[in-house]
Amino acid sequence: MDVKYIKDYLSWLYYQYLLITCSYVLEPWEKSIFNTLLLTAIAMVIYSSYVFIPIHVRLAMEFFSGICGGQHESTIALMS
Amino acid sequence: MGAAGRGGADRSGDRTVMPRCNTVEGPGGHNTYKAAMNGTYKSEHGGLKNGFVRSGALFEEEKFYNGGLYKRPFHEAFEETPMLVAVLTYMGYGILTLFGYMRDFMRDWKIEKCHNATEREEQKDFVPLYQDFENFYTRNLYMRIRDNWNRPVCSVPGERVDIMERFTDDYNWTFKFSGRVIKGVMNMGSYNYLGFAQNHGVCADSSSSVLHEYGAGVCSTRQEMGNLDKHEELERLVARFLGVEAALAYGMGFATNSMNIPALVGKGCLILSDELNHASLVLGARLSGATIRIFKHNNMQSLEKLLRDAIVQGQPRTHRPWKKILIVVEGIYSMEGSIVRLPEVIALKKKYRAYLYLDEAHSIGALGPNGRGVVDYFGLDPRDVDIMMGTFTKSFGGAGGYIGGSKVLIDYLRKNSHSTAYATSMSPPVAEQIITAMKCIMGEDGSTLGRQRVEQLAENTRYFRRRLTEMGFIIYGNSDSPVVPLMLYMPAKIGAFGREMLKRNIGVVVVGFPATPIIESRARFCVSAAHTKEMLDLALTKISEVGDLLQLKYSRHHFVPLLDRPFDETTYEETED
Repeated sequence: MDVKYIKDYLSWLYYQYLLITCSYVLEPWEKSIFNTLLLTAIAMVIYSSYVFIPIHVRLAMEFFSGICGGQHESTIALMS
Repeated sequence: MGAAGRGGADRSGDRTVMPRCNTVEGPGGHNTYKAAMNGTYKSEHGGLKNGFVRSGALFEEEKFYNGGLYKRPFHEAFEETPMLVAVLTYMGYGILTLFGYMRDFMRDWKIEKCHNATEREEQKDFVPLYQDFENFYTRNLYMRIRDNWNRPVCSVPGERVDIMERFTDDYNWTFKFSGRVIKGVMNMGSYNYLGFAQNHGVCADSSSSVLHEYGAGVCSTRQEMGNLDKHEELERLVARFLGVEAALAYGMGFATNSMNIPALVGKGCLILSDELNHASLVLGARLSGATIRIFKHNNMQSLEKLLRDAIVQGQPRTHRPWKKILIVVEGIYSMEGSIVRLPEVIALKKKYRAYLYLDEAHSIGALGPNGRGVVDYFGLDPRDVDIMMGTFTKSFGGAGGYIGGSKVLIDYLRKNSHSTAYATSMSPPVAEQIITAMKCIMGEDGSTLGRQRVEQLAENTRYFRRRLTEMGFIIYGNSDSPVVPLMLYMPAKIGAFGREMLKRNIGVVVVGFPATPIIESRARFCVSAAHTKEMLDLALTKISEVGDLLQLKYSRHHFVPLLDRPFDETTYEETED
């Protein structure tokens, strides 16, 4: 029962995707080009975010800790 | 003047087309519009400008709507396009355009075969014929959903039609018939407002008897050997039906507009045309050689501004006064489902002494308690409209058009219009169909059938519109207009809606660019008196089902009531006659 429901829901979702992107009216080979392009773009976005976001986050953390956190370290150093 | 006077509550009785108000054509210069408008109430009492009285708040027995010009509430809504939907629609068109360019590139490089018309090799150096946007649109966007249009119908186009099934194996470039017939498709698309498109009943019987007597063709024009007694009878009847002095009938509705406007106005005249006027009016106005200025759809402020400018400035450069100023409006606008603000147009026309050309193509028969069009709907005097034009194509189930007005006007047109001089006169069986239908509406056939149909149509319209609005669709237009546009917006949904509805055995008309602005694609239903409540309920269920499937229920109930704005710019009370 649940499987059927999920299947229906997915096919409805795909239908909405077809309608909104207008691939509903494209010919099958155009549709596959469009889907390929879209999937490639999304995959590249995901991959590049997987590769670069952690680095950027780390760099940002270091940068901000350099501004805010550096103060603490130096005060500690002075006290000792 | 002052036809919009007195009674707000006098619309119940079965009066004839002449309004009962007593301030018609009064010679007294002081009996101004203001007095007529405010009637028994003192203008200073309301305290608001233009005698604006909030409906029903103070006076219970007689209500004034919208500044006292209207005798009934005038609800017209054009809900805003939701921002997300607009963005997605543009995105869809963007994707289709990109693929269109790709396909054009492939056709150009002979990678795929080009199916449609192109310039011949020896014409390549001339001005290109097939390179504008509309050709691109036809080739690359319209072709993909072309199966929704031009379906051959093989039965009487009444409330149900039979449609020939067809299929395509080259993506809509060519169609082949499968030989099967889709039976009993519910027809929500014909302009069969009063249900007179029938192959049985009084109209069909009488026109078939006339066919046996006169034959089908006339083979001559009205000015020569084609002036039959049926035509004379029809014209007298039309004049009586409209409540005007005389009328003229033509064999083609489109040509009635496009050939008579040039006969009425010419160089040195000014045409003020609504921006959404029908192509026939546009063509007629262009053919006339007059200057054309466009006012915003049904926007009286815009019209008044143009009128004022026209009178103050005169013709460009020379500043001579315009010879004639003709306001061209339609009764019901067939794509928006809106009804013209006739009381205001007439007030403006009188104030600035312009002429008024009213095209009642959709409204005649379909509006008003007596089915006599938009003039009857507002309870006005038909003599206030200078040129009453309409068609027999829609409500009467015939073909052709008419022009009604003063005797002088009709005599002039009879002599000068291209339609009378060159067009073959109307086929006698068609004339008989119109005569019978019109007599039926007027109740002169001794039955109440016509009146029942008019009432049924009004009831169906209100029911259908109310249910669709409740379901959450965006519906344009006036609540009393039998033309019901349902907004689809996205290009893929145009095709999907038509196909899904036909799958559910309902035939609808879907409309996209160039008939509408590019993002406002819509489906247009035409309610008919022939639809029973059960049929409408079935159709509504199916529409709701398809609406859920295609996610068409966009409405957030943010209506933009156009008449709620104050009457600051128009000053009707200054009218002097």
